[in-house]
Amino acid sequence: MARIVVDPITRIEGHLRVEIEVQNGQIVDAYSSGTMVRGFELILKGRDPRDAWAFTERACGVCTTVHALASVRTVEDALGIVVPPNAELVRNLMFCAQYLQDHVVHFYHLHALDWVDVVSALKADPQETAAIAQSISSWPRSSPKYFADVQARLKKFVESGQLGIFANAYWGHPAYKLPAAVNLLGTAHYLEALEWQKEIVKVHTIFGGKNPHPNYLVGGAPCSVNIDEANAINAERLSMVGQLFDDAAAFVNQVYIPDLLAVASFYKDWAAVGGGLSNYLAYGDLPTHGYHDVGKFKFPRGAILGRNLAEVLPVDGKNAEEVQESIVHSWYEYGDGDDKAKHPWEGETRLNYTGPKPPYEQLEVDKKYSWLKTPRWKGHPMEVGPLARLLVGYAAGSQEIQEVVNSALKTLDVPVGALFSTLGRTAARGLETILIARWAKEFYAELLANIKNGDTRMANLEKWDPKSWPAEAKGVGMTEAPRGALAHWIVIKDQKIDNYQLVVPSTWNASPRDQAGQRSAYEASLVGTPVANSEQPVEVLRTIHSFDPCIACAVHLHDEHGVHVHRLNAF
Amino acid sequence: MNERTLTIWEEARARGYSRRDFLEFCGWIAAAAGVEATGLARVVQALETKPRLPVVWFHFQECTCCSESFIRSSHPIVSDIVLDKISLDYTETLQAAAGKQAEEALHATMTKYKGEYLMLVEGSVPTAAGGVYCCIAGRTAQDIVTEAAAGAKAVIAWGSCASNGCIQAAAPNPTGATPVKDVISGVPVINVPGCPPIAEVMAGTVVHLLAFERIPQLDGLGRPKAFYSRRVHDTCYRRPNYDAGLFVESFDDENAKRGFCLYKMGCRGPVTYNACGVTRWNNGVSFPIQSGHGCIGCSEAKFWDNGPFYRHLAAFPGFGIETTADTVGIAVGTATAVGIAAHAVTTNIRKRKIIAEGIQSSTKPGPDEGGA
Repeated sequence: MARIVVDPITRIEGHLRVEIEVQNGQIVDAYSSGTMVRGFELILKGRDPRDAWAFTERACGVCTTVHALASVRTVEDALGIVVPPNAELVRNLMFCAQYLQDHVVHFYHLHALDWVDVVSALKADPQETAAIAQSISSWPRSSPKYFADVQARLKKFVESGQLGIFANAYWGHPAYKLPAAVNLLGTAHYLEALEWQKEIVKVHTIFGGKNPHPNYLVGGAPCSVNIDEANAINAERLSMVGQLFDDAAAFVNQVYIPDLLAVASFYKDWAAVGGGLSNYLAYGDLPTHGYHDVGKFKFPRGAILGRNLAEVLPVDGKNAEEVQESIVHSWYEYGDGDDKAKHPWEGETRLNYTGPKPPYEQLEVDKKYSWLKTPRWKGHPMEVGPLARLLVGYAAGSQEIQEVVNSALKTLDVPVGALFSTLGRTAARGLETILIARWAKEFYAELLANIKNGDTRMANLEKWDPKSWPAEAKGVGMTEAPRGALAHWIVIKDQKIDNYQLVVPSTWNASPRDQAGQRSAYEASLVGTPVANSEQPVEVLRTIHSFDPCIACAVHLHDEHGVHVHRLNAF
Repeated sequence: MNERTLTIWEEARARGYSRRDFLEFCGWIAAAAGVEATGLARVVQALETKPRLPVVWFHFQECTCCSESFIRSSHPIVSDIVLDKISLDYTETLQAAAGKQAEEALHATMTKYKGEYLMLVEGSVPTAAGGVYCCIAGRTAQDIVTEAAAGAKAVIAWGSCASNGCIQAAAPNPTGATPVKDVISGVPVINVPGCPPIAEVMAGTVVHLLAFERIPQLDGLGRPKAFYSRRVHDTCYRRPNYDAGLFVESFDDENAKRGFCLYKMGCRGPVTYNACGVTRWNNGVSFPIQSGHGCIGCSEAKFWDNGPFYRHLAAFPGFGIETTADTVGIAVGTATAVGIAAHAVTTNIRKRKIIAEGIQSSTKPGPDEGGA
């Protein structure tokens, strides 16, 4: 059987390689491999826990901010710090801004070219595109002239002979099914979204000083509020935040969602492809009554097994029997045997590359084949991400989530089972963006109300001084990255980091098989995906991109005692 | 592929821009780069006649924050750069093709434009263990970067990863993460450090190459002087508070609410060369200090090991021992658990001298860097 290798998988964050086996036009087996490693946790050992947010934030620049959030929560959990309500709201607003930017960029710039044929857009009638655009949305920039201008620009670009980012792609592949007019719509909004996305991140710039990689603070947020001072968060700064969220909601509701539904309506067959695993995990996020009141998160926490939406199982990051990582197919070794699975607080890792010597053609998939470890929840492989969040929320009884999901199913005229698919994953991302845009306005109003009522506190510095800390402390910080459940675990000893570990969304989804041979989400969802032309496997990209891969943070190494430095140097 | 390529002026005209719009655009570029009025004609001429520059963008050990920053550029906006000013022929983040087709696009450019293409690198190159810590299409990053650099006209090392190794090169540097300039030779390397660099600084560096057809003036560390010759401290709008001895003593205290100097909170502005205080972030909205957190020094080599971040600097270069006149006070803090040295508060006359020194010293390697 022919092995097809797709490496690099482009339009993702990080370095991902996929090897697939195709039989009779369908994928029968798949292997997912992370091919880059940096060694974050080893670098974190011995450092000041209050600095960890800055280090871990650099795990990923695409989902920037989420690791910083997980990190400050982890340290606060270990030290028993409760942040002021305003800091929680600022964190929520930064979280929302991240989702709005990230999900829109994912749809248009990382995923759309799997569905939208840019070259076909050249043949479109701009009048027809304008008519379609006006029929699905009230977005003001939908005139025939607007689409004609975009098309003319595209034409000149193609005629220049330098196709740049669009060169040598799969244009004309039979899997592309949109009419030319819709392809032009998608292409125009590709450019428009690229221009828009740089705006919403300014919420990070206001509260965190920059984007990517805004600043965080253990105990709260670094931006002080003073409505009578130019040097602090005042009415002008807050107005800008409000305006940015208003504009974002307009873009999401008038461009992203209508486009998503329009494109999806031509690809309903993908609601039967790429389902993969039947287990879903969400840590939940967006606290409305503080981080420790999990029951009042906008995104509920929980696990679903066997697609049973009648039951949401509780999830506890501190329980040693729940989240565990194994390395049987990963280029690491465990002191007491590679067949073990370890809770992150007890985790250990030593880099141990045993793959083929580069340059290589194929990985040795029956042995170790990835820099990603393999996490499991109570032994089960779990899918994480927008679909998992919505399913857990749906099953947990969140009315807002149920309403937005049911409405989309009705619009597309598909059953609830359609969610368990490549298309369902892509749709779920859009649907939760509707909610995020709505919730951001609620958090914003609440922040304004607090300030109006005289509460300007932004940080709790009671435990800032390391001398106030216990000799030893352990913590877990959980959040939902745009790509799914994200948690950090810390062990603090003598005011320094003794152990720090990240189990990130793409580790759950993109990891290699576990010790029982169970596939993780990417591999499981690729099996059964059709491939019309194995020379041009655009279908592979559709299913993989539906997860929004983000690999740099998925690859890291743990070290409990720091003694492995010498082993590493021995290479 | 069509051999004929359009110039930037032709692209602009085709998009419906008037000659006047085009000249205004040229004027903006010239102004942004500090060109005198007499140099404007050269900018206009350059943009009128140049085909789009072929560009390949590599990703090695990185987090893609540099790419994300780049797409935040407000002037020029990134779709204009990508569609009209350069031909971005290989980029794992944005390109439509994947796998074999992506590799083919890369090699087509490397062959057709040998010696002509601009090579952008995001990420450090791991050199330990034979390079197995970063492989793309089965080849090591080191192998790829060496081959591509041999045919490049110039290399831009984006961000601190490519410029100085950044976080993965922090102790104990488990993968042997190495800056780009240390693994290639024979081609000019422009370092644009920062984690990430400011979007408009990235775009400005590319525009400088396009408009002036030359490498920007670099300091001793290979950084464009246009963006890296000033300390954040010397361009900080909170600097008068420092001079007056007005400091934040604890996050969110009364002084923080009044926007005092963050020096005692560990601000690295005094030892960091970057454009944050001038250009600011995300089209000038703010920068870390304006939003209440000290600078962590993310554009300086080894900044991760120059911590902890909240321990304030004991002293910093260019200040201190020879200062006598007009020393208006000495502040000793105990806000953090570490020893704190005295620091002088200087006058404006002294400050002028320091700024002048800063410009000079940034043209040669600092005492710790030794040109490494």
